[in-house]
Amino acid sequence: MTKKVELAKKAELTESTQAAGATAAPALRAHSPEVSAAKARKWGAFYYAEQVLRVMKGYGWTIVMYGVGQPVAYLFAMGVGLATLVDTNSTAAFGGVSYLVFIAPALLISAAVMTAANEFTFPVMDGFKWRRVYYGPHASPLTPEQIALGQIIAVTVRLLLQSAIYFGVVALFGASPSPWGWASILVATLAGLSFGLPLMAYAASIKEDKGQFAMVMRFIVMPLFLFSGTFFPLDTLPLAVRWIGWTSPIWHGTELGRVLSYGYEEPPLLTIAHLVFLLALCVVGWILTKRQFVKRMGG
Amino acid sequence: MAAHQSRPSSAGSPSAAGAPQYVITAENLTKRYGDVAAVDGISFSVPAGEAFGLLGPNGAGKSTTMKMIGGVSERTSGNLSIMGLDPDQNGPEVRAHLGVVPQQDNLDEELKVRDNLLVYGRYFGLPMSYLKPKADELLEFAQLTDKAKSKVDALSGGMKRRLTIARSLINEPRILLLDEPTTGLDPQARHILWDRLFRLKEQGVTLILTTHYMDEAEQLCDRLIVVDKGRIMAEGSPASLIREYSTREVLELRFGSERNATVGAELEGIGDRLETLPDRVLIYAHDGEAALEEVSARGLRPVTSLVRRSSLEDVFLRLTGRSLVD
Repeated sequence: MTKKVELAKKAELTESTQAAGATAAPALRAHSPEVSAAKARKWGAFYYAEQVLRVMKGYGWTIVMYGVGQPVAYLFAMGVGLATLVDTNSTAAFGGVSYLVFIAPALLISAAVMTAANEFTFPVMDGFKWRRVYYGPHASPLTPEQIALGQIIAVTVRLLLQSAIYFGVVALFGASPSPWGWASILVATLAGLSFGLPLMAYAASIKEDKGQFAMVMRFIVMPLFLFSGTFFPLDTLPLAVRWIGWTSPIWHGTELGRVLSYGYEEPPLLTIAHLVFLLALCVVGWILTKRQFVKRMGG
Repeated sequence: MAAHQSRPSSAGSPSAAGAPQYVITAENLTKRYGDVAAVDGISFSVPAGEAFGLLGPNGAGKSTTMKMIGGVSERTSGNLSIMGLDPDQNGPEVRAHLGVVPQQDNLDEELKVRDNLLVYGRYFGLPMSYLKPKADELLEFAQLTDKAKSKVDALSGGMKRRLTIARSLINEPRILLLDEPTTGLDPQARHILWDRLFRLKEQGVTLILTTHYMDEAEQLCDRLIVVDKGRIMAEGSPASLIREYSTREVLELRFGSERNATVGAELEGIGDRLETLPDRVLIYAHDGEAALEEVSARGLRPVTSLVRRSSLEDVFLRLTGRSLVD
């Protein structure tokens, strides 16, 4: 085909395009790509959060049942059942409060951390590898950072909801005497994120599933749950294992929760240290997660 | 974050009035992974409304090219412009212009069919008042209206593919990228899909598609580039490529796997060109029947013989010495 003919053909195509566009103009028109891009740049993370929450809604009933059922079971077994043995000795070991009041914040925080451990592992693998759900929005105006942030926002909503239900049950058991107890909902959410975000960065770096997540649950989450001053004060443990608690978001979160729910007394500096530790893990986790998402979806 | 920049209302590179407006322009586009050049300096331009194909075998660099056009993979070097925008600089703006049908479906299996469309539209910031009727319209277009409330995993492969196409149209894009749209589908599902793509073409949507099926390229593409090992081997309309690189007809002869390799010398001089493949011998000739008569006249008795029109498969064989589908 000569250049001239080709050009003529192209011009014709363009014309027919415009003609077709004009006649077939449907009643509904999407806003322009420029508007799409501007909106996505501004709100993209929330758009993706909306998607994740819609998917969660599909198993919303499970989330609510888990949120209610778990505290009820634990509070009965530990706070009421086991407490009958523990409380007959002396409440001195638990700072003068009943065993139920002592473990309630710990259970609240642990539940949030365990939920975060689930939400920031398997769904991330699903996004990159199994069903590749991240690659749909990746082709839209959303950016990899926004996809990561959207998922975090959605899980934060779940953690808040679950912790609020949990706290409601705790309050019904009369296990949060302080008027500030409700604030442990926020602490539980923060603790969940501080454990979950570094884990999310790790999950985003995994290319092959070799059962890493099961290992994380067994060898990280479970020991943290048991040795973070959850069921007994951390200082009753020998020094050799006490470091587990010091590095554990569950311990830092639990201590904060105790301060809020029954006025547990500790040096104010330590309280601040708990908060800083949790926030720092969130920040580091977010930076690493962002880097992984951009690397994996940008190249 | 900076707001989107204003851009000239006419898309494409600066062009004089009357000249074609290119929606996509690539110059020396290159993508390297370490030492390997997946895309090795290719150049092409696509005017608005054209159905443009990238034809080549697996691993030719088609998908990599599509990812760069789609603004999800940064190029190593060269220039690339989509609607006058650089995808590496203005990713969200470029992607807002496009509809993308990826090689692998990545639908939300846990969401219902219609919800997949709504959710995807939200990524473009589109309001529900627009999305709800649009989703119904697109389900109609994709012949999935009665599946609106089904879960995605209950759909067949062809239906999932059509849903993916419907999803890619939710923002009413003027450019649609299709990466191997019919791979893995049965013939009937492919024909339904082609029909839908034809309709989009009629509406003036620019189609960019990759395929390793020559029939798909012939049916759908106004113009295509033949790609092999990251380079462009030829460019043109399907008919002009066949005219240029092949003869009008092809005579296919099978003498049995032992004999195919040795019979070549005895067929010398028949037709314009001879191609010996492991399972058959191809004779390129303007008149296939006449060539077959000549074969008989020489006393050769093939097990089977077939005269057919030349196809893009023959073009590819001529250009690379290899078949498209291994």
